[in-house]
Amino acid sequence: MRAFASLFTAIDETNATSEKIAALVHYFSSAPPAEAAWAVHFLSGRRPKRLVGSRKLASWASSEGGVPEWLFEESYQAVGDLAETITLILPNTGVSSDLPLSYWVEERLLRLRGEDDDVQREVMVQSWRELNRRERFVWNKLITGSFRVGASQRLVVRALAETSGVDEGVIAHRLMGAWEPSAEFFQRLVAPDTRDADVSRPYPFFLAHPLEGEPDALGDVDGWLAEWKWDGIRAQLIRRAGKTFLWSRGEELLAGRFPEIEEVGALLPEGTVIDGELLPWVDGAPLPFAQLQRRIGRKNLGRKVLEEVPAVLLAYDLLEQSGKDIRTQPLQVRRQGLASVIQSLGGSGRLLLSPAIPAPDWESVSEARRAARAVGAEGIMLKRLTSAYGVGRRRGDWWKWKVDPLTVDAVLIYAQAGSGKRAGLFTDYTFGLWEGDHLVPFAKAYSGLTDEEIRKVDQFIRRNTLEKFGPVRTVKPELVFELHFEGIQSSTRHKSGVAVRFPRMGRWRVDKKAEDADTIETVRGLLNGVNGEPRTVNGSPELRGDSD
Amino acid sequence: MPLLTLTARGLYCELGDFYVDPWEPVDRAVITHAHGDHATLGSRAYLTSESGAGVLRARLEPNARIRGLPYGEPISLNGVTVSLHPAGHILGSAQVRIVHRGEVWVVSGDYKTDPDPTCAPFEPVRCHTFITESTFGLPIYRWPAQTEVFAEINGWWQANASAGKASMLYGYTLGKAQRLLAGLDPSIGPILTHGAVERITAAYRQAGVVLPPTRYAGTAERRVDAKAALVLAPPHASASSWTRRFGPQSTAFASGWMLVRGARRRRSLDRGFPLSDHVDWPSLLTAIDATGAGEVWVTHGFTGPVVRWLKERGLDARAVQTRFEGERDDEAVEGMEEMAAVQRGEPAT
Repeated sequence: MRAFASLFTAIDETNATSEKIAALVHYFSSAPPAEAAWAVHFLSGRRPKRLVGSRKLASWASSEGGVPEWLFEESYQAVGDLAETITLILPNTGVSSDLPLSYWVEERLLRLRGEDDDVQREVMVQSWRELNRRERFVWNKLITGSFRVGASQRLVVRALAETSGVDEGVIAHRLMGAWEPSAEFFQRLVAPDTRDADVSRPYPFFLAHPLEGEPDALGDVDGWLAEWKWDGIRAQLIRRAGKTFLWSRGEELLAGRFPEIEEVGALLPEGTVIDGELLPWVDGAPLPFAQLQRRIGRKNLGRKVLEEVPAVLLAYDLLEQSGKDIRTQPLQVRRQGLASVIQSLGGSGRLLLSPAIPAPDWESVSEARRAARAVGAEGIMLKRLTSAYGVGRRRGDWWKWKVDPLTVDAVLIYAQAGSGKRAGLFTDYTFGLWEGDHLVPFAKAYSGLTDEEIRKVDQFIRRNTLEKFGPVRTVKPELVFELHFEGIQSSTRHKSGVAVRFPRMGRWRVDKKAEDADTIETVRGLLNGVNGEPRTVNGSPELRGDSD
Repeated sequence: MPLLTLTARGLYCELGDFYVDPWEPVDRAVITHAHGDHATLGSRAYLTSESGAGVLRARLEPNARIRGLPYGEPISLNGVTVSLHPAGHILGSAQVRIVHRGEVWVVSGDYKTDPDPTCAPFEPVRCHTFITESTFGLPIYRWPAQTEVFAEINGWWQANASAGKASMLYGYTLGKAQRLLAGLDPSIGPILTHGAVERITAAYRQAGVVLPPTRYAGTAERRVDAKAALVLAPPHASASSWTRRFGPQSTAFASGWMLVRGARRRRSLDRGFPLSDHVDWPSLLTAIDATGAGEVWVTHGFTGPVVRWLKERGLDARAVQTRFEGERDDEAVEGMEEMAAVQRGEPAT
């Protein structure tokens, strides 16, 4: 554990990319392959299923640290991170562990699975006693499954490429899809022979950068493909070796979740990979995203949900044709290939070409963007016709141009301390809107303020707390913020009767007083304007990253 | 009548007619130590420890009336006996012992029990009522051995010097900066100081504290050749353009708050060294116990948890409001330091 904990510390203690990479290279050059495989696993954001609940961990750490549980809770409030609270609350042992990370994962962490409380407790307490503070922190992070480190998958890929001499793109591709962290896996990952193949493996997704300003700056409109930016699940449909695989952008194999799409996949020619967007689709238009969640959320898809929420794959791109990786060919060529593949299937209605928006000039693109909400899209994608299909989010060739967010002025009414970097600072806010003479909770938002503003709001909250309910504080209703959000739906789960998508703070309206904030009626009024027919969902739209 | 009561201006002894660390100007102020949140400008007369008089003068108006009293020497203020006892926090920091008709109260001010070569060691004082700080009053705060912390700081400096980078070390101007100086290894390279640090360091030297040589980093706009140098500066300087003159650099903050990862990451600094001039959780409990006090007032920090902990152990404990609301007073203190600097007419950084 010592080597991995040192790596973690080295990455954590610098903001310089070059130093992070140097630390990773140093580590990968000396770590045994079995350990290195687990390191890649964790550093690239994969994590084991949580095997022990927070409450149990807190209780065992409290008694090991000789601290009552209420005091553990107070400490947690100050630290904002369970793994770290446990680390700090336990006495220092002065010992350290030479055993490799692979031992700690395979012989300790995974052994917790299916054991009763007594055994789990024994393993946890024993492990805490065998590790020093740094190692214990890393261990707790692995256990709580919130292992996030200041190194993106991209940095890991760069470091592995530097260590092994294998091209970055090859490493990135080998890290896609499903793999078991083992010594053999790590050896394959850094092997110079690039003819390796895994029939299920998707390509790294190419992502667009947000467009700031007007698109005129992109040059001649004729060099660009404009298409809708759909709000669904970005996916790759793969047909190889007589098998079909459907992957989400989160690199989750969606086997069995979208049988209608997998059926179409089976009709594709051998050696085909299509990039597209999964959408709930009825009568040539998408249903709200919340409907798609009904499909994702459940294990067994009943006939009812399949009928009510039929899915399509709107195809954007063709990445592999006749078993050949064609990502470096120009988009124009790939789109032609894509069109002919789809045409050859006949009209299944399940695999559709994402339509190009006619764009004789930039003005018509702007116009289309303004109409995006009515189409059920989030905005416009602009892709250079000569562009290759790259890796990750790169500037230059692909741009997303979202519709302007909906906005409302709301009053800060509750606050809660954040976690991690924001531990001990009040950064998680609930906002209210007026209904008659009282404020109804309307949305929560965490992002959008500068550090300086956060500090000021934090100070305000400390001085204007009306009541405390556990970690939540009721705040004197005084501060007004312009909230931005992407979509709105009526909801029976929310007191306000509406649920909004991607709410965040657009700006702090220091010029406004609480009484100047908007009313709940104003917001309900948006329901009709935005979505045509008001729809009711039971439940809140889950927060999701942008899928492009 | 209780010996001390909390008033709108702070802790007041009515019998003796004096305040301890008042928040506003008063006639007579007894000062535990010279930090901005304890020593306020504008009072008519100040009483502080003899060894602290110099640094207090450096922070107040030049013509302030300050009387320095040797540690342990009792004086009578309107029939109430007052004596000052080392608190181990910074140079001259004192606990205030107040006695009237056999009733003994002690106000701790800020204190630590760890050794510190720049000030007299903390002295436990028996009393009936103890008024204690609780800045780090949670069991997550357990200081690592300071020899380890200094080894880390010197190791960091050495590594930066080898890489041709300046080591920007931030710490509170008064106390922390000098304690850091005393623990630095001057064989690694030159030590440069920010003006505010240099000024207080001079007061320390004048009081007889031996510190390694330092060089004032100056106010000139020109770039300073600071490779291999360690630059000691107040925390608020880290966000200013003043730091640019030192070229490529690694940044670090020395403070007890740095024990928690989020607190360090929030400051976007490379390193955080957990070095505090306050008691940690175990030392706090030991110190309270050693006073033998049956009644404990808890102030400055995590008052709620400490009060509950003491009550559960049968003590009569209560929270006393401080000047700053909030559990984390580090930024408030920093703000005060900054304001005090401006009031003294020092150049803004």
